[in-house]
Formats: sequence, C-alpha cells, structure tokens
Amino acid sequence: MSDTVKNTLLFAGVAALIAGTGFIQSWNAALFILNMGLISAIMALGVNLQWGIAGLFNVGVMGFVALGGLATVLVSMPPVGDAWAAGGARVMAGLALGAATIVAAVLLHRHMAAGRARSLAMIALLAGGFFLYRFVFDAGVVAVEAVNPAGTGYLGGLGLPVLLAWPVGGLLAAGAAWLIGKTALGLRSDYLAIATLGIAEIVIAVMKNEDWLARGVKNVTGLPRPVPYEIDLQQDPAFVARAEGLGIDPVTASTLYTKVGYAILFVVVLAIIFWMAQKALNSPWGRMMRAIRDNEVAAEAMGKDVTARHLQIFILGSAVCGVAGAMMTTLDGQLTPSSYQPLRFTFLIWVMVIVGGSGNNLGAVLGGFLIWFLWVQVEPIGLGLMQLITAGMAEGSALKEHLLGSAAHMRLFTMGLILLLVLRFSPRGLIPEK
Amino acid sequence: MDILNALVALSNFVIIPAIAYGSQLALGALGVTLIYGILRFSNFAHGDTMAFGAMLAVLTTWWLQSMGVGLGPLPTALLALPVAILGTMALLLLTDRTVYRFYRQQKAKPIIFVMASLGVMFIMNGLVRIIIGPDDQRFSDGERFIISARNFKQMTGLQEGLAVKTTQGITVVTAIIVVVALFWFLNRTRTGKSMRAYSDNEDLALLSGINPERVVLVTWLIVAGLTTIAGVLYGLDKSFKPFVYFMLLLPIFASAIVGGLGNPLGAIAGGFVIAFSEVFITYAWKKVLGYLAPEGLAPDGLIQLLSTDYKFAVSFVILVIVLLFKPTGLFKGQSV
Repeated sequence: MSDTVKNTLLFAGVAALIAGTGFIQSWNAALFILNMGLISAIMALGVNLQWGIAGLFNVGVMGFVALGGLATVLVSMPPVGDAWAAGGARVMAGLALGAATIVAAVLLHRHMAAGRARSLAMIALLAGGFFLYRFVFDAGVVAVEAVNPAGTGYLGGLGLPVLLAWPVGGLLAAGAAWLIGKTALGLRSDYLAIATLGIAEIVIAVMKNEDWLARGVKNVTGLPRPVPYEIDLQQDPAFVARAEGLGIDPVTASTLYTKVGYAILFVVVLAIIFWMAQKALNSPWGRMMRAIRDNEVAAEAMGKDVTARHLQIFILGSAVCGVAGAMMTTLDGQLTPSSYQPLRFTFLIWVMVIVGGSGNNLGAVLGGFLIWFLWVQVEPIGLGLMQLITAGMAEGSALKEHLLGSAAHMRLFTMGLILLLVLRFSPRGLIPEK
Repeated sequence: MDILNALVALSNFVIIPAIAYGSQLALGALGVTLIYGILRFSNFAHGDTMAFGAMLAVLTTWWLQSMGVGLGPLPTALLALPVAILGTMALLLLTDRTVYRFYRQQKAKPIIFVMASLGVMFIMNGLVRIIIGPDDQRFSDGERFIISARNFKQMTGLQEGLAVKTTQGITVVTAIIVVVALFWFLNRTRTGKSMRAYSDNEDLALLSGINPERVVLVTWLIVAGLTTIAGVLYGLDKSFKPFVYFMLLLPIFASAIVGGLGNPLGAIAGGFVIAFSEVFITYAWKKVLGYLAPEGLAPDGLIQLLSTDYKFAVSFVILVIVLLFKPTGLFKGQSV
C-alpha cells in the first residue's frame, strides 16, 4: 500500500468518525468537533514546527494560546471611553515607564564595565524604576477598574474587525516566545521546557489578576463575530424561506449556517498555515533545521548558528499557536482565563503531534482531528466504563459514589498513558516522517 | 520607632514562614537535583510524586486516626510517613522499570526522558485525583502551636504576637535530620560514594566496576523518601491539594537550577533563596514599616511589591536572571 493511499484512508477514517457523530448524535455536535478539530490541527502544526522539525520541547503551549485569546479582546472589543478618560493615560504611562526601566537596565548593563559599580547602579535603577512604575501605574489601575466594574471595569479594545485579531494574536505570542527563547535557548535542552512551563503559568496569572486588561476572572463576553448571529438569521425572511425550502427548521438551520461559516474561515487559515509549513519543511531552510535537530555539533561545525535558528523556529511555532488561540476565542465568543488548563492546552496538543507523527505536517493535522475527536468522546466512554466496574457494587455505597465521581479524572490518566505508549512503541506516529 | 515590635512582626510573618517553606523547597529540590545528577534529566513528575506520597500519608493518617492511634501533641502523619515512603518507593521503582529503563538502555536523548516524565506526571496526577479527589484535605492533628501569639504577648508584654506552628517546627527539624543523613550517606558510605562517582563521570565509574542499575535503584529509593517527606511536610503546613503540588514544580525547579543542578548543597541554598524572595516580595510591609517609621510617617498603602497571586512569577524571574547571568547556578552545577 503506497503512502498516499494509506494517508487518504487515515483521513477518510477520521472524516467518517466525525460524519458518524453527525448521523448518530447531531450535525451540530459534528460541526463543533470539526471546528475545534481545525483549530487543534493548527496548534499541532505549531508544536510540530518546534518539536518535529527542530526538536524544541515547548511545554507552554497554553500560554501562547492564551495570549492569542487576549489579542482577540484587545483588538475587537469597543474601547471603554470612560475608563480611558479616568485612568487610561496613567496606565499607559506606567507601562511605558516599566518598559523604559528595563530597556535602561539592559543598556546600562551593556555599556558599563563589569564590577561593583555596575551592580549597584543596576540595583538602584531597577528599584527606583519599579517604585516609580508602581506609583504611576497603580492609581491608574484603580481608576480604570472603578468605572462600572460590573459591566466593564477595563480599558476595552481597539474596536477593530475581529479577523484582524488572528494575526495580532500570532504577533503577541511571537513576542513572548522571543523573550523566552532569548533566555533559555542555547542552554541545556530541558531549560526551555522549564522556562516555557513557567511563562505559561505567568501569562494565565496575569490574565486572571489584571482586571484593567481583560476583566480578569470576570471574563469578557460578547466578543464580535465574523459570521452573522443566529438570531438575525432567524428573523431574516429570505433565510427562513430558504431553510424551509431545504426542509430544515430555521433554528437548526441558523446554528448550522454559522458553524459552517466558521468552518470555512478555519479551513482557509489551516490551508494557508499548512502550505507554509510544508514549504518550510521542504526548503533548504527546513533541511538545515532537520540537520541541526539530528546532529547539533555537526551542523555547528558546518557554520550554522544553532541558537539563532532555534530562536527563529521557536518564535514561528509559538506564533502559529497564538493564531490558533485567537481563533478559538473568536469561536467561543468569550475570554475566560480560568478555562485555560495545562492538560487541555499543552498536553493534549503534544499527544496530537506525537500520535499523528512528529516531523510530518500531515501527521500533525491528522493527530489534531483524531485526538480532539477522542477527547470529546472519551468522557462518555469513561463514565460508561466506571458504571460497568461499579455495576456489581451495592447501591449507594461510598466506594461506588467515589468511583463514579472520579470518572472525570480518567482523562488525565488516559492521555498520559497514550503518550507513554506511543512514545515507546510507535515513536514515529501514524504518518511517520519521510 | 519600635524596633522590637517590628522585629517580632517580621519574624512572625516573614522569617519563620520563609524558613519552613524554604526547607520544604530544599527537600523537593534535593530530589530533582539527585535525579538530574544520576539519571541526567529534569523530572517533571516530581511535584506529582510529592502529591502521591502525601496522599498515601493522608490515607494512612485517617486510618490510624480511626483506630485511635496518635502521637499526642505531634501530628499522626509522622507515624504514617514510613508507610507512605514505602508506597512511593514501590511506585517509583515501577515507573523506572516500565518507563525509564527502556530509554536508558536505548541511550535516548535527555529530552525524551523529559517527555516520558511528563507522561508519568499526568498518570500520577490522574491516579491521585481518582483515589482521593481534587479537593482540599486537612490531615494535621495534635497541638497546633509551639508558641501561640497570645502566650507570646503575655510572656513578653509586646504588642505583636509571635506564633510558631508545630508544623513549622517539625518541618525544620525533619529537614535538618534528612539533610544530615543524606550528606552522611553520600559522603561516607560506599554506595553514596559510588553514586557521586557515577554522577561525576559515568564512563570512569563504569570502568571501575560500579553497577549502574544499582546506583539508579538507590537513587530512586532516596528520591522517594525525599519527595514523600517534602510532600507530607508541605501538606501538614498548608493543606493537601493535588493541584498545588503541580504548581510547586516551578519553585522547586527554580531552586535546583539557582543552586546549580546536580549539586545537593546548591539545592538547599536555592530552596531558601527562592522561599525568602517569594515571601519578601509578596509580603505587605505596612505593619513592619509602621513600627520602624518615625511618628506620623507611617505608610498608607500596603507596601506590597507584588500581589501574592504572582508568587510563582518571583521564582520565575529569579530563574531567568540566573539563567542569563550564571547558567550553572550559584554553586557550580553540572552543565549548561
């Protein structure tokens, strides 16, 4: 069986699984799986770029995805005029002061000779800068958060079209990746893992606690959408007439219509990113990356700047994750910082890449669809399994209750197990690298 | 100016909690550093191993309590500790057999070990949540305080109280005993010396007839002891919650790297550096400064450098600074 036939069969299999959901459960559920599958595939492409092509271990995918989500709010929500008037300038001035302090410290470090004088000057500069920053910034934050805390209490966004947020999300994630890569790349390979783990937690902590930015745990809801609202469609006589012509009731038709709209947008983005990833993989640049991955010492001896190339691909991969994060928040229509869990947004993506086939873009896309499908459908299966195990136990026994209650945690266990099994017995995945 | 009250307030809210937290971090970082030195990878499952060990201790404590066994003023969990350590040893040896040994024989890259440890981390995390659930569990009993704030005030007549929790005392005492025993073992016994030799130079150690599988086995046994003790002490001092142990991973790694990965002495120093900076930076200094400042100049605000929500950011920033300026850590660690 040739590779093309095998790959086509694999993709057809996943398509059949999703279509099966459509026939058995509902087309709404199937489209939901398809849409999130498309987003997952993009995230998997980003991680595959880092791990599959360059061998970089990023366990902070969640942080980059969350930054993409933040970009959606910052770009698409209308600005809150009162909040800007109350303290917007002060907050911005505070942030600028903070940034200026760091830049000044970097310049100082570069231009003064090493020694005690430099250390003291650095400490004085950083301490002074910090207090000045807090002095300017804090009052601004209090003023901004005091403006209608139940409704807004934040600065709002720029009020631009939401589609613009997708590339901006990529840029935000790329910026964060640059910071991390600058510090942790070029050192031992596990330091990057630790640094990314840390930055992901910190991004989430900032999003939860800085209410002036995106309302923190109060969440931003009602994000603008790139597709029409269901309710508008249902009131549009032309749409209702067409739906009835097809024999579907208007309510179902409207939800399907918007979901298909999203799916088309996502397919376009996936196609673009896949095309670019494929081009990158097969270009001289991609060959160089794989050469570095397979033997860093030899590549360095051939005159390749390993650290700079790693930084490059780390930023690119993180940007792809950021774009996917922005798309996901757009699909959800709201930003909920507390919903970002490392298991769901870091670990699951890793399982997708490894199961699909690390180093192969097609494999990453397949893994994205397949694992997402399983993730959605494993929960009922897990509960069923627990019910089977506990079937023989007495009704109302404490152990039975406990086991049924813990079925939700089966996901952690299963995903860990899948990763270990694939890593050990089939490290090349479903569609291996050529 | 009231230096005495300021000093008492400072010890009560900063120094004593930081010493206890630092001891817990140091024990955790010792485990990370040992695994790094001998098995040469960063073990991401460390936090969840702590959770697993602590969970065993919690379950054993509940069982002992239901049997009416106790230690009087000391927490019953101390009696449960040996059982928990044995259980964790069994679990770690099992994971080594089923997961890590295969990659060791393959001579896989360290990053593959790290990935495998991530898988182990999620399996352990899942196990703990399935067995005991994701909620907070309290299992400390016995006397709550060595010195309570009210007694201290009565004794000294000061305005500020100084409270020392029993768990804090136990933490420090246990940490000292464990560290002394560990260093005695590493420096004085034959097995300990062979472990250090293996960590310094694997090839040379193999040539001189050291059995690598035995070294690895002993390492896992010691790590099981260290993680369980650290996990139980942390759980006694704060409370047992599986998710918190996952979050501890960052400060523990930061401690080990700040001290110098692979260097046990560095792990202890790193633990205290991280703990003190975390507490110093997230503590609201209003009270202490209020005593120190001259009449009428007492601060209005909380004088808190960062809110406690960002305590993990503190360890991260210290980690980044060390990686930038001294990648081998304060004490010379193994590699860059």
